[in-house]
This record gives sequence, C-alpha cells and structure tokens, in this order.
Amino acid sequence: MMSLEDKVRGRKVKLHDMCLRDGMHSMRHQITLEQMIDIASGLDDAGVPLIQVTHGDGLGGSSLSYGRGLHSDREYITAVAKNVKNAAISVLHVPGIGTLDELRMAADCGASCVHVASHCTEADVTEQHIGLGRELGLDTVGFLMMAHMTPPDHMIGQALLMESYGAQTIYCVDSAGYMLPDEVTTRIAGLRTALQDETEIGFHAHHNLGMGVANSLAAVAAGANRIDGSAAGLGAGAGNTPLELMAAVSERLGIETGIDLFKLMDVAEDRVLPIMPQPPRADRDSITLGFAGVYSTFLYKAKEAERKYGLSARDILIELGRKKMIGGQEDMIEDTALSMAKARALI
Amino acid sequence: MEKIKCAIIGPGNIGTDLLYKLLRSEVLEPVWMVGIEPGSEGLARADKLGLKTTSEGVDGLVPHVIADGVQIAFDATSAYVHPENSRKLNELGVLVIDLTPAAIGPLCVPPVNLKDLAGRQAMNVNMVTCAGQATIPMVAAVSRVQEVAYAEIIATVASMSIGVGTRKNIDEFTRTTSAAVAKVGGAAQGKAIVIVNPAEPPLMMRDTVYCETVDEPDQAAITASVQEMIAAVQEYVPGYKLKNGPIFEGRIVSIFLEVEGLGDFLPKYAGNLDIMTAAGARTAEMFARDILAGRLKLEPVKENA
Repeated sequence: MMSLEDKVRGRKVKLHDMCLRDGMHSMRHQITLEQMIDIASGLDDAGVPLIQVTHGDGLGGSSLSYGRGLHSDREYITAVAKNVKNAAISVLHVPGIGTLDELRMAADCGASCVHVASHCTEADVTEQHIGLGRELGLDTVGFLMMAHMTPPDHMIGQALLMESYGAQTIYCVDSAGYMLPDEVTTRIAGLRTALQDETEIGFHAHHNLGMGVANSLAAVAAGANRIDGSAAGLGAGAGNTPLELMAAVSERLGIETGIDLFKLMDVAEDRVLPIMPQPPRADRDSITLGFAGVYSTFLYKAKEAERKYGLSARDILIELGRKKMIGGQEDMIEDTALSMAKARALI
Repeated sequence: MEKIKCAIIGPGNIGTDLLYKLLRSEVLEPVWMVGIEPGSEGLARADKLGLKTTSEGVDGLVPHVIADGVQIAFDATSAYVHPENSRKLNELGVLVIDLTPAAIGPLCVPPVNLKDLAGRQAMNVNMVTCAGQATIPMVAAVSRVQEVAYAEIIATVASMSIGVGTRKNIDEFTRTTSAAVAKVGGAAQGKAIVIVNPAEPPLMMRDTVYCETVDEPDQAAITASVQEMIAAVQEYVPGYKLKNGPIFEGRIVSIFLEVEGLGDFLPKYAGNLDIMTAAGARTAEMFARDILAGRLKLEPVKENA
C-alpha cells in the first residue's frame, strides 16, 4: 500500500492565504488598510502565490447582518493590489450577497481570481457569477461550502454543474471544520475521478477539531492541488489551516509549494499575530462548531448572544445546527437566541 | 356580481397557485391560462378547472382578448420575456400585473403603496420579488414613523420553493429587491441578501429586517406601527408572523418574520411564493373594483412613435 508520503512527494501545490478574508471574521471586518498592506506584502515576499482579500462574507458582505467593514472591498483590494509584486489577488463572491457589478469592480481594482461560493447543494445559483468570472478573464473557482452537509455523490453532481458553467477549479469547503481525513479523501478522490483532467481541485479547512493540516494533506494525497490556509491561522472559528504549518509539513513531505518557509513563519509571527485581539484557539465554542457541523462564522454572534441574553453560546450553536442553518444565516443567531431566552423566561 | 376577466401567463407553480386564489375572488374571474408547452401539467389543470388554454404563448391569447373580454393579465414567466408580453397586451388595453423581477412598471407592495397607484393609469404594475413583498412592509412601518438611513433585509427561502428561473436570475432578484427596499420601503439606502436553504423537511420562509434610523428610534411608535403593518399584511397572507422583535440597539431596529403560505397549490413552507401570488391578486382586485365602479377605464397603449 502506498504511504501518504508516496502519494504527495514531488507534487506541486498552490497554497492560498485566507487571513485577509476569512480572518476578517475573527477581526470583525476591522483590519486596517495599513495592516492589510503590511501582511499582504509580507506574504507576497514569502512567495505565497494567491492572497484573498475581501469582506469575510465576500464582495458586498459589509452589512448589519455580517458586520460592516472598516473599509470597502474596493479600498482593500486596490490597496493590496498596488503593494504586491507576484501574488495574485483573489476575492470571495457569494451569489445572493454580492452582485455582478461588485465582481466587475473587483476585477477593475486588480483581483485576478474569484471563488464563487454556494451552499453545497445550491450550485445552480452560481451560473451567472461563474460566467462573468470567465468573461472577465479571472481564474474562476467554484466553492462548495458546508460540504459535509450533503453525501459525496451529490456534492460531486454539484461540482459538475459548476464545471459546466465554466469553473476551472472546484473546491470542497469544510466550512464547519467537521470533516475527518477519511471523509476528505472520499470527497476529493470522487471529484478527481468525475471532473475533467484540466479542472483543478481545492480544499478549504477550518481548524475547529484541530484537523486543518491533516485534512489538507489527505486532500493533496487524493488529488487536490490548491490548499487554503491562513497565516497564523487567522480565520473564522478556531481559524483556518495555519499556512506556515502547512508549508513546514509540505516541505518535510516533499510537496512543492514554492514558498520560503522561514519568511512565511515570520509574517505569521511578526505581522499577523500582533493584530489579533486573541489568537484563534479551539475553545469549547469552536470545538462545538466542528463537532456539531455548524458554520464557523456563527461563533461570533453566538458569543455576543451569550453576553446579551445569558445563554450559553454552545447551546445556541447546537440549536442552530439542529435547525440546519447554513452559511449566511447570521440573522438567525439572534432570532434563535431570542426564542431560547423567551422559552427559558430570561427575557 | 359582475367580475373582471383575467388571463394568467405561465402555468407553473406561481401561475397555478394564483389561479386557485383568483377562483375565490369576488371581483376577478380567470378565463385564460397561457403556456408554451403543449400538454403541460399546468395547462391540463387549468383546462380541468374550466379555463381556456393555449400553448402558443401570448400570441395564442392575443386574438381572443377582445372577444373574451380579458382586461387584466398576470405574467408569471420570466424577466427576459416579460417586456414583450406586456407590450402586446397593453396594446389591446389589458392591464398587466408583473410577477417577474423585470420591474418595467411601477413597483407595488400592496399595504405600502397600492392606494397611490389607483389614480395613475399605470398599465403595467410590478410586484417586486417575494423577498420584497415579505420585507418592504416592515421597512415602511419604520420609515413612516421616522427617517430611515439604511434598511437591510435577509430573506431565507426553502430550496424546494425556488425555481430554475430565479436561480438563473439571482442577480436581478437581488438587485430588484435592494432597489425596492429603498424606493418603496422608504429608506435612503437599501440592501437585500437572499439565502437558499436545502433543509429537509423544508424550512418556512424566514425574513429579517434591519432598519437604521437617522435619529434615536421612537420605540413605542415603531412597535405599534410594526404591529399595525403585520395586521395589514395578514389580511391577504394570514401566515405572515412576527417571530421576534422589534429589538432596538442604538439606532438599529431588528424585526424577525416568518411567512407561512396558505397551501393553495404550493406547500405551506413556500410562504415566499404565496405572498407573491396573494399580493398580485390583491393588487388586481383593487384595479378590478375601480373598473367595476367606473373609476378606471383601461385604454390601449399605442406604440411610441
């Protein structure tokens, strides 16, 4: 039997940094332009090929429901694009939240890659956005979120739809940090078999059960060649796969990432860590996300509701999971907390 | 009592649900169902219910409009074909109620601005989107008390209740709703977010409305206005409920709604579709009453020279 190392040694993998997009959640969308430029130029210098820059919920995400950004997507993307030399700038775009005009704006400001995201069963809402991504000449990715919520075969059918709309890469996204390595292997191997050879496959992890690096390795072994992570792990919930950790492990296993490991470690330590109010950690609420399969971003509003209504954030998250709430339904956190508080005569 | 004769274009879920509502109306009488697929289920159902049917689209209806006395038509097709459908019918003096997000005519959310449309002699009225019908009454309930700088709505609908058309046109859906939240709701700025949730059993339509007022919100007045508006919507959508709120935090007012459908043709969880057909029927009924009372005379619309 081939070992994991046999499967990955010599493979070329693109590491994609998420700390300036997924990390926006943990920073409540308040990263300054100076911090963005400082971190992005550091990542660029370390050889990270792709850097995502958007409001945590993607283009147009700045809202009362998700939190207002300190700056607009236009300002962030423009500032970063001007200050990187080699890295490509990517954006997240969720149909139903962002509009086509916002994607045109992002391309005008210098973004050259787009992750067009939908819930894992609703790929057919992405046709217009993937179509426009291709029309604008962007590196266009179909991003299937909360992938653990639908069986692998169904997820693969949705991936084929995105591919038929023009997506050049398909991601399996573990938005809840719920998956374990065998599940990742099944899904990525299934995608590799079903999709055309030239279609790339990506994996996006959350570290809620501490499986970010292990799951990402399983994904590479099964055929993925794009892996998302975040410098210092800055991302929703217990964060994303810490990119410098993934880079270090990749180097040991002979995976070619083209990244200068020590420089990346320094960016994480010297530029990202200092801006965080607290480093991402698998606290009881984050573990609950991974354990119960709940969207990682729900963490913040659940903690807020805990403070406001005297409920446990863990109870709220479990209830949201039971009600099968999906990415984007942040408004239902307060609604659920209010209903729970009423039922328990707390308000 | 005399009734105004109507045609429905599009025998899909919306058109069929609308048909059941029109069959109960005191002032509207559905007489034609228009489709494009011979032998479609929707046309067969309409035929069984005693309507005349054609599978040749609006062109199949046009020769019969005058003879059959059709005065109001509902378009439940798509934003792309609506303008042409509307033009052909307007030429014959038929008032068109647009249930697509095309939005070429004045926007209508019945409890907010139906009365304002009465004297305007509009021959095309647009019903915005289901998300707009569910949320704009609440934005208006706040904005009639005090100035709203920004209103944001989040509409979550069951995956089973959202058809191919809406999915393909999700950008138009989002933009038409955002624009109407501001324009009809009365907010300086509007934003709409749409979520499609695939849970089984399907979830009831849920809507959240956030309004940011210019000055400190008058809590008592806004709460009363919201309650009053809920009752106004319940007149035609009995399953329209305030689940939580209004909650006040600084200048932000939060309102949490649930919309349960009547279950005429579509399942009860599809409150999004029910509120659309109910609003369309209610709008047509107002015009029908005006026609019957001699207050409104529909005139053929001539092609612009």
